[in-house]
Amino acid sequence: MQTGSLEHISDNNGPIIEVQDLVKKFGSFVANDHLNFTVSRGEIFGFLGANGAGKTTAMRILCGLSSPTSGNATIAGFNVYTQTEKIKRNIGYMSQKFSLYDDLTVWENFRFYGGIYGLKTEKIRERTEELLGRLGLQGEKNKILKEIPLGWKQKLAFSVAVIHQPKIVFLDEPTGGVDPITRRQFWEMIHETAKEGITVFVTTHYMDEAEYCDRVSIMVDGKIVALDTPLKLKETYRAASMEDVFLKLARAK
Amino acid sequence: MKGFIIKEFYHIFRDIRSMVILFGMPVVQVLLFGFAISNEVKNAPIAILDHSNDYVTQQISNKILSSGFFQRGDVVRNEAEIHEIFKKGKIKEVIIFEKDFAKNLEKNREAKIQLIADASDPNTANLIVNYTNAIVNNYQQEYFDGMALPVEISTESQMLYNPGLKSVFMFVPGIITVLLMLISAMMTSISIAREKELGTMEILLVSPLKPAQIVIGKVLPYVLLSFINAITILIMSYFIFEMPVKGSLVLLLAESILFIVMALSLGIFISTVSNSQQMAMMLSMFALMLPTILLSGFIFPIENMPLALQVLSYIMPPRWFIVIIKAIMLKGLGIQYVWKETLIIAGMALFFIGLSVKKFKIRLE
Amino acid sequence: MRTIRFILQKEFRQIFRNKTMLPVIFVIPIIQLLILAFAVTFEIRNINLVVVDQDHTTTSRALISKFKAPKFYTLKSYLPNYDQAAELLKKGQAHQVLVIPNGFERDIVKDSKASVKLVTNAIDGSAAAIMNAYGNGIIMDFNQELVVESMGGQDFKQPMQVSYSYWFNPELNYTTYMVPGILALLVTIIGMFLSSMNVVREKEIGTIEQINVSPIRKYQFVIGKLLPFWLIALFELAFGLTLARIIFSIPMVGSVPLVFLVAAVYLFAVLGIGLFLSTLANTQQQAMFLAWFFAVVFIMMSGLFTPVESMPYWAQQLNMINPIAYFIKMMRMILLKGSGFADIARDLMAVLIYAIVALSMAVWRYRKVS
Repeated sequence: MQTGSLEHISDNNGPIIEVQDLVKKFGSFVANDHLNFTVSRGEIFGFLGANGAGKTTAMRILCGLSSPTSGNATIAGFNVYTQTEKIKRNIGYMSQKFSLYDDLTVWENFRFYGGIYGLKTEKIRERTEELLGRLGLQGEKNKILKEIPLGWKQKLAFSVAVIHQPKIVFLDEPTGGVDPITRRQFWEMIHETAKEGITVFVTTHYMDEAEYCDRVSIMVDGKIVALDTPLKLKETYRAASMEDVFLKLARAK
Repeated sequence: MKGFIIKEFYHIFRDIRSMVILFGMPVVQVLLFGFAISNEVKNAPIAILDHSNDYVTQQISNKILSSGFFQRGDVVRNEAEIHEIFKKGKIKEVIIFEKDFAKNLEKNREAKIQLIADASDPNTANLIVNYTNAIVNNYQQEYFDGMALPVEISTESQMLYNPGLKSVFMFVPGIITVLLMLISAMMTSISIAREKELGTMEILLVSPLKPAQIVIGKVLPYVLLSFINAITILIMSYFIFEMPVKGSLVLLLAESILFIVMALSLGIFISTVSNSQQMAMMLSMFALMLPTILLSGFIFPIENMPLALQVLSYIMPPRWFIVIIKAIMLKGLGIQYVWKETLIIAGMALFFIGLSVKKFKIRLE
Repeated sequence: MRTIRFILQKEFRQIFRNKTMLPVIFVIPIIQLLILAFAVTFEIRNINLVVVDQDHTTTSRALISKFKAPKFYTLKSYLPNYDQAAELLKKGQAHQVLVIPNGFERDIVKDSKASVKLVTNAIDGSAAAIMNAYGNGIIMDFNQELVVESMGGQDFKQPMQVSYSYWFNPELNYTTYMVPGILALLVTIIGMFLSSMNVVREKEIGTIEQINVSPIRKYQFVIGKLLPFWLIALFELAFGLTLARIIFSIPMVGSVPLVFLVAAVYLFAVLGIGLFLSTLANTQQQAMFLAWFFAVVFIMMSGLFTPVESMPYWAQQLNMINPIAYFIKMMRMILLKGSGFADIARDLMAVLIYAIVALSMAVWRYRKVS
């Protein structure tokens, strides 16, 4: 697997995600404290942090599921305050909580989610074949989801999130509770997706996974404390692995 | 153990929406039933078609309209309109006086009144016709003042236990029963099913707590809740509706606790056979609510039902409890009159506890 | 429109794949209809009478034999004194006690005047009133016979003759009255509970996030959630009407299409309320309680069991916002009396407004952005 090679990233039309001074408060609790970053087209952007650091909150704002308290953000050129519906047309989302219907078959899930993004039935069929083919799960097409092991379900959830070929796909801890082999396969899928030109924005608290990202940001207590390529970060903090980088940053506070 | 019970209390009391419903429901229901729900006919809209329009018919009309049972509704001008006006549903009865009513009465000692009732609601129609009839009869006796019958048997009617014939006397025992059943059985079954669904039940089961302790911990807050509700209802019915507690209050409360225990064990039993909240709710709804309301004698007397339903009502716990409450509150009877019903409820409680324990053990093994 | 089709497709798949749903849809209505129709009656079919005859004469026996004639009277026992009879009242084994005092016949012969005592258990006030009327009626009839006898067999007539006729239901059959109401109840319960649980369920399992992050429109979502239950409930109604026709042969005087028109409008109101509650609640338990609470209040006030006219003025005014009351009223009017569109237009309009308000509230309350 290639890491750190940036050749698929193109920045000719400006960044696809731009975040300036983004703040989100719940009462007096500051979940996101003046976040600033940009993500380029086709990039795999890792959003790292401990549990409760504010990753999911930030991601929900970027997806148009919640409004920021202050600051600015544009996603694919659309404003998070006023153009949430336009944002939604251009993104895919895979939530932390498994979100396919357990009582529907694989095909029915694909058809439903494809349908609500307005894909033509022909197109849904085509994309389903393509995505299932990639996973080698064509045989499971008509199985009810309940009967499918968790690792496969996660991959299916990812496929559903990109069925409409969005510009950006947001993944919220996509590999939680999955075995190492499946995790590895999962990241291969992410890379293939990025090669197609889809920007990937992924949160995780597995530090080894950070190595697979083009750039990572590390959040501690609602603030972004570091942002760079994994290689540079390791150099800067003179650490052997991303895990060490994170531990140094987290303890530094 | 103590900590565990406290946790259960927190669970219930923190959920404000549920709290409002749990304490608000009894109050609203007692008020509704007490004030709004009744079978008594009051101010039924009627039309009078008076072809004679003399002083006798006017006097009768006045008597009818001032009785409190009736009020004047839409006007009917002729017989042909009756059908139309009934279809609009605005009028319950039409009273028709024949032409020359007073004259006929004087001359022939015979005058005709016709009552036409909208019997699409047969109960009301029956009552309305009976009341009208009685008013006319009364007037007749006044009119022919001297006309004593050659033989007269007078009937002294006595209405025992409820001289004012208040509907509320009938309904309060039912409401208490329904609410105790609802809160105790439905709430426990759902709350245990919820723990199962969330997987927290597993944690409790692997803890050093004994199954019996878990069950007691789950159930205790609901015992308290139900008991508070029962007392609230009793206080309200006493002060607002002047419903007496003629018998022993202690006995009444003791019987209530027995019934609560029975309902809780039923709730636990339901939760052991259902795997999801939705299933527990459906079971509670259809296995508890309908029978409690319909087959218990709450609103509809059991004796009037077909035999099959009467037999079915024997296995409905609320049926027995309602008999007990009425006996204690309204008739002022002691345990010697209700020991049979008490034993039946106790037996049911034991039966459900036994079944649940058996189910529980199987799950553990 | 295409988006809505996809939601519908998915909802139907889920409903029909759920094994507990099918019995809810098909079996429960039958049971409910059967139990309710037979159980819900105020008709007095049986009065247990205890006679305390302290006179023991031909006249007292003649009076007692009068009570044997009507089918609904059961002579439970003869007891020597009232105290013993009162014991049976206490135990609930007797409804009514007739006391004929010593000297009853003698009084009639000597003074042409006598009295008896009729004691009724009145805990159920309305039943007691009817039982008392029955008993009094029998005694009055007996009185009449004595009068005729004393006048040497000459026919005696009341001067004011009251005749009566019961329209639309001459036999005063209570089942006929209840079944349309029960059908209304059935449709309401199915609609309200299924719809109120539905959105909450998606919240609980987390799929609602996945939908919220898609470009789906709010109205599309609400319509997609609503239509399946609308169709199921209408199907229920058809099913229930057929059963009612076959089992209870209830009359259908009015137009059946009009019944369905009314139901169609009404269901939008009920489902709107259900969905609105669903957007308010966070757990299925809460949704269930909310739905239960509203359902109980609405049903009790609706006139299903006790007539709306018997309620106090404020309660009748309160019924202006009770959709079930409108629906039950219209069902009964159309099916039993053959009321036409013009007769129910006002009520139908009220329900229509209700539906629009409830649906708008559901759409408004459903938030894609938290």
